[in-house]
Formats: sequence, C-alpha cells, structure tokens
Amino acid sequence: MAKALGKEHRQYVVFQIDQQEFGVDIHKVSIIEKYMNITRVPTTPPYIKGVVNLRGEIIPVMDLRIKFGLPSKEPDDDTRIIMLKFNDVTLGVIVDSVAEVVDFAEDELESVTSITNDRTLDYVVGIGRIGQRLITVLNIEKLITELTERE
Amino acid sequence: MDMNQYLDIFVEESREHLQSLNSSLLELEKDPTDKGVLNEIFRVAHTLKGMSGTMGFTRMQRLTHHMEDVLDALRNDRISVNSDMVDILFKCLDALENYVNTVLSTGDEGNEDNKAIVDALADILKKGGLPVKAAKASGKKARNKPSETKDSEDAVSQAVAETAATAERGLVELNQYDINVIRKALEVGMNVFQIHVELDRGCLLKSARAFIVFQILEKNSEIIKSIPKVEDIEDEKFDFEFTVIVITQNDKELFEHEINSVAEIAGVHIMSITPEMIGMAPEEAKVTEEKDNDIPKPDAESHTVQTANEPHKKLQKAGKTVRVDIDRLDVLMNLVSELIIIKNGLENQINARNSSAWSESIEYLERVTTNLHDAVMKVRMVPVEAVFNRFPRMIRDIARELDKDIELKMSGEETELDRTVIDEIGDPLIHILRNSADHGIETREERKRLNKPPVGTIYLRAYQDGNNVVIEVEDDGKGIDIAKVRRKIVEKGLEAPDIVESLSEKEVIDYLFRPNFSTKEQITDISGRGVGLDVVKTKIEALGGSVEVETRLGYGSKFIIRLPLTLAIIQALLVKIGSEKYALPLSSIREIDNIKFSDVKMVRNREVIMLRDMVIPLVRLNEVLEVKDAIPDDKKKYLTVVVVKKGDKLSAFSVDSLIGQQEIVIKSLGKIMQGIKCIAGATILGDGNVALIVDSNSLAV
Repeated sequence: MAKALGKEHRQYVVFQIDQQEFGVDIHKVSIIEKYMNITRVPTTPPYIKGVVNLRGEIIPVMDLRIKFGLPSKEPDDDTRIIMLKFNDVTLGVIVDSVAEVVDFAEDELESVTSITNDRTLDYVVGIGRIGQRLITVLNIEKLITELTERE
Repeated sequence: MDMNQYLDIFVEESREHLQSLNSSLLELEKDPTDKGVLNEIFRVAHTLKGMSGTMGFTRMQRLTHHMEDVLDALRNDRISVNSDMVDILFKCLDALENYVNTVLSTGDEGNEDNKAIVDALADILKKGGLPVKAAKASGKKARNKPSETKDSEDAVSQAVAETAATAERGLVELNQYDINVIRKALEVGMNVFQIHVELDRGCLLKSARAFIVFQILEKNSEIIKSIPKVEDIEDEKFDFEFTVIVITQNDKELFEHEINSVAEIAGVHIMSITPEMIGMAPEEAKVTEEKDNDIPKPDAESHTVQTANEPHKKLQKAGKTVRVDIDRLDVLMNLVSELIIIKNGLENQINARNSSAWSESIEYLERVTTNLHDAVMKVRMVPVEAVFNRFPRMIRDIARELDKDIELKMSGEETELDRTVIDEIGDPLIHILRNSADHGIETREERKRLNKPPVGTIYLRAYQDGNNVVIEVEDDGKGIDIAKVRRKIVEKGLEAPDIVESLSEKEVIDYLFRPNFSTKEQITDISGRGVGLDVVKTKIEALGGSVEVETRLGYGSKFIIRLPLTLAIIQALLVKIGSEKYALPLSSIREIDNIKFSDVKMVRNREVIMLRDMVIPLVRLNEVLEVKDAIPDDKKKYLTVVVVKKGDKLSAFSVDSLIGQQEIVIKSLGKIMQGIKCIAGATILGDGNVALIVDSNSLAV
C-alpha cells in the first residue's frame, strides 16, 4: 500500500494567471509552448481562442482568463500555451507565465469547500500550500471532457 | 497457450474466408451442379474449422464441422442442393460472422451455441436420405452415443471424434507427413496401429487415466499422432475417448492387454493400419490436406488438379495485396503533408528573392511530393468490391423475403476509392439498394401484367469520372411517381398545393431525401419507414459527395452517387476575409466574379446577385464566419464572389480578396472542435499558420 510506504508525491506544473497561482498534474502536460499565432474558429464559445499548429497537428486553445471570468490580457513574452493531454485529446491553455514544478503529497492538498462563488471552483481538485503561497490545482480531466462532450 | 497475439490474424482471415464462402454459396445456388464451387466451399469451411479449432473456439469449430458434414454429403451426391438448404448454409455463415465479431470485441467466441442451425444441418442430412448413423458408425463405435451435446467440452471431443469419423474405414485424417511416416514404418516391417481408447463414464481424473495409457503406449511404441492433441488431453480438453496412432514392433494383443489392465477404461479398439489404407486414403481428405499444407502430392494430382485450379488463382491474387495498418499509413500521409507544407513555404520564399535555382529545386520538390502523394494514395485505395461483395447476398435475401425475382448485376467492382470512403459508403448503398428492391422492383404478377421481364434487375455500377468515383444504382422497376410525391408533399403539409405544382421534377424528388418522408403506404421490414434516404444524403455529403436521382415512371429509377477519390489532400482556393485566411475546396467552385454593388438585390428578404441573367443567393462569408475586421462594402469598388455549386444549385460566397489556388492537406479539427457547421476542417499553410476550410456544402443555400 502506498500509505505504508510513505506519502505519495505528485508533481505539478505551476503557472500564473492574473496574480493567482495554479497547478496541473505534470503527467497531463505534454509540452509548454511560447505564445503563437492562433487561428480563430467561428461559432465557438468565447473562451475557445481558436486553433494552433503543433507540429502538424491542429490543437484547440482555450483562454483560461475568459473561462475563469478574469480580465483579458494581451500576450507578451512571458505568455505560454500549456498543452494538456487527457484521453488522447490535447488542449492548449493560455497562461500568463509558467513558474516552476512543485511536489505535493496527495494529502497535502486541501480540499476546497464553497468558500467563494469563484467560477474556477468547478475545476479545482484542491489547494496546495508552499509557505505563504497558495496553489490551486486544476482538474484537467473535467476541463477537457467537458469540452469534448459539449454539443 | 496464449493465443491473443493471433486473434487479429484470425479475425482478418476468418472474414476473408467468410466472404469467399458468401460468394461461393451464391454461385452454388445458381448452379447447384458446380462441383468446383462446392469443393471451394468445402475447402473454406474446412479451413475455418481448423482455424477456430486451433484458437480454441469450440462452438465455431462445431458449427463448421456440421457444415462440413452437409457439404460432404452434397459433394458425394448423397443429397442435392436446394435454396432452403442454401438458406441454412447462409444462416451458418451469419452465425460464423457473429462468432468472429464476438471474438473481435471480446476476444472470446461467446456462449451462443446456434443449436437451431446445427439441428437444421443435421435435418438436411436426415431428410436427404443419408443414414446419418451409418456415416458416423463408419468411424468409431464411439458414435453409439446420442448426438445431443450437453456442454461445450462435449462438443469439442465430438467434433474431433467426428472428424475422425468422416474419414472412411475409421482411419483418422492424416496429413502428408503422417502418411510418409507410416509408409516408412510399414516398409521396414513395423506395425502401425490406430488405437481408440474409451474411458469409463464415471472416470473423474480423465487426464490422469489418459496419462497412464500414454505411458504404456510410450513404453511399447512410438506415438506419431494423437487426437485430440496430447496437450489437450493433459488439459482434460477431451471427452471420454481419444485416438492415437502408434508405430511399434509389438503386436496388437500386448496393447489390448496392457491398456485394459488400467482402471476405469471402458474399451480399447485397435486397428492395424495397412499400406492400402494409407495409399487409398479418402480423396477429399487429400484434397483438403494438400491445400492446407501446400505440399504437392504426386499420387493425388490427377484428382485434385481440377478442383485446385480455382483456389489457386485466388491464392495468387491474395499474394499481391498487402494488409497495411491504417495508422501506419496515416503516419506516411502526415510525412507527405509535411513535405507539401515545406513546398508551400519555399514557394513563399521564392516570391521574395528571384533566382532560377530556387525555382528548379522547388519544381523538383513538387515532382517528388506529387509522386509520393500518388503512391501513398494508391496504398490507401481499396477496390469498391470490398463493399459490393456483400450485396448479392443481401439482394438474394431481400428478394426471397419480398417474394420477388430480382437479379443484381454489378460492374466496375475494381474501381478504387479511398479506404475512409469505402468504410463509410456501405450503409448508404444498402439503403439505396433496399429501396430499389422494395419500392422499385414490382411483384412478379405486376411485372407480368406490365409485360416486363419476370425477373427485375438492379444494376450496381462503379466507374471513375475525373477526380470522382460514380456509383450508380439503377433498377428497371416502376420508377418514382412524381405526381404521388407531389400529393404527399401537400398531405404532409410541407408546402402549399400551388407551390408544389410549380416545383420542378428535380425539386420534387429532393423531398424524398427529407427526414420522415416515405410514399410507400405499407411499411415493410425492408424500407418505407421514412428513415433512409435522408440519412443516405447526409452521409454522402459528409464524405464530400452528392446524390442525384433520375427516374422515369414505369421504367425505373437511377440513383447516382458521386464521391471524391480521396479526402486527405485537395485543391483549394485560398481567400482572405478581413485579416483571416480561409480555404474553399476547388471542386465545388464554379466561377469567381467581381460584382457591381448594383447587381446585389434583395429578394424575399434575402440578398441575391444578378449574374448573366442568373439570380444567385448571396452568402456573406464574413457574417457566417463571424469575421470582425472584414472590409465594409463602402470601402470596396466591387464585391468579389466565389460561386459554388451544390447539386445543381448555385450560391455566391462573398470574400474580401483572393490569394490563389493551392494544394492543401485536410486536417481534422479534433474532438473538441467537431460539429462546427460552417467549417469542414483545417489546413496548415506554408508559414505554419492554420487556415480553416470552409464547408461550402453546408453554407450553400
């Protein structure tokens, strides 16, 4: 049993959006790219920015700022697109910057009960703490499956 | 043993065999006296039996075995072919197909015993006047056991034992190798015995008993063959009996005595194998063996030449085709698309600096990519035969069900289409064929009354026409009653009577492709539920094709399906709307014009353009595609429109400017983006950016 052997640690890629810090399971990250030209696709929800060419593959890109109801921001040198992969579906998410990779033990993640009526809450697995910093760990599965099941 | 690695091969090969069985059965029904076809069917059934046996699919094995019995009786003229029998054989085929499908999805054959079919097969043998028991008794005395089987294990050994029983004189089926060994042994004066051991019914540790028997045998002789296999006996995969062939210097009595001294042995039957027995082994056994093992057999040649001819031709043909994993092809395809992208990139650069070396190398690159493209496309191409070959059977079944006489005449089966199209075209064609058989072809009496040939004919043709493949389904039936369809449109309240009268024949026929539209009063099992033609149309259009109907009342109708040769790489026109680039498939473009704004009019609240006396509906692409920075009309001198055709209707798409014609590689937008109506896909431009491909079919009015 994992517990008996010690706490199971997982690695998370930490990125920033609008001063907030978020984390995603490193196993779900396929690659992190600099901001590139995005082709807008008509009749899609506003948080879908469009599609990019990732080495011959067409990948949809989502703007997490719009998705989470945050003010939008022009891309700059720090802007990154994190390519997330789940169930053979790849989705790029635009973030302000990517900071580092951190380790959390499974039970170090604090669950979030409805403290706020934050729109991000639906996609949160838990909150990780590094000193004073709070890192919101996102539920990638939900983010992606929600899109693929959308009619 | 782990058989999983062979499952794919098993499924593929089984399907091939079933398909050839299908066509052979149809041939057999046409000409019941054709022994060549019969032998072919027998061969295939035998191979299937062997394959399923090897894989441990005992139910499948048992079914094929019973089929084989019937086929064998047919071959030996003990019974004759009739269509009921062919029906049952077809049912076998369906059952086998089901087994194969179950194997494919679950890795196992499932629990369906298909007892009804097995019984029906047994019935044929009985009714055919064949003394079933005699056939069985000719083998082992083990056959005194009633033929009902209780469990699958029972079935295995029965099937196996019966294999033995089919051969004459009780000699088990021997392959060339066995025969050679026996012949050699006999030549040097050894005894060869076939020993059949039956265990006591109450025996609990069957394999243990069998093991003891094998020990005795091994001590006194050399075992050259065991039925079931030794491994199966060890695993208790046998009933209460087994047969071995041994070579020994000892005599019969010794074995009889020794084996009988083992506890729980119900009986031992020992038979000496004589040179005549192997020299005169049943011909059919040799024929099948030879084809299975591909070992030339000099002494049986004279008998086998004739029957072997046909399968031989097929074998050669099979050798020329290679089954390629579609995933690997896709990789190859991607590489080619990369090349094309590089080419496009180079082309961009040449515009910047003008040197002849550049253009030469680009020309070279272009030649290479074109050739590579062709080569890869060809690998992906599959003859439409792959789809067509199931139709004769289907039409036969429908004809019987509807009690009509229908003949299906096919041509152009060798016409090739992209694999992806082939996979999708089957269902629409089934719908149309059923439609023709059910709605088109009249009943026997009606045809007589109308002085038409008693047998209705459905033609299924395929041919290539430029960059398209055309598939036609034509029948000589009653044709579409346009007046009736008009009435139906009014009845269904789809259109006012006066408008319906003004519709052209083509427009009226278009209603048939609408959901829930059926003119047939009586709903049959085959068609008439009003689902079908609309689905057909949707599917074909999704493939980038089109359907048309030509009809003449009283003379029949013709469905014409046009399909693109390939879906992966197309010629496209690149256009600019605002700052965005879009690709329009060239195949649907009729012409490109600059229209004066005075030629843009409003008709019934819709914008149309006047072009050489034609009134064409205008589609503002910037609006449909939600482009925000499109150039407004007042900043333009004229309106650039791309006129596209959909069926025989035209639509004009407005664009800001034209970039030019380019070969583009179609890429899927992926799961998340699927279902966007106005976009058919995406492509990567020379600069690495993505351009969307406009779905002109869905945007055309």
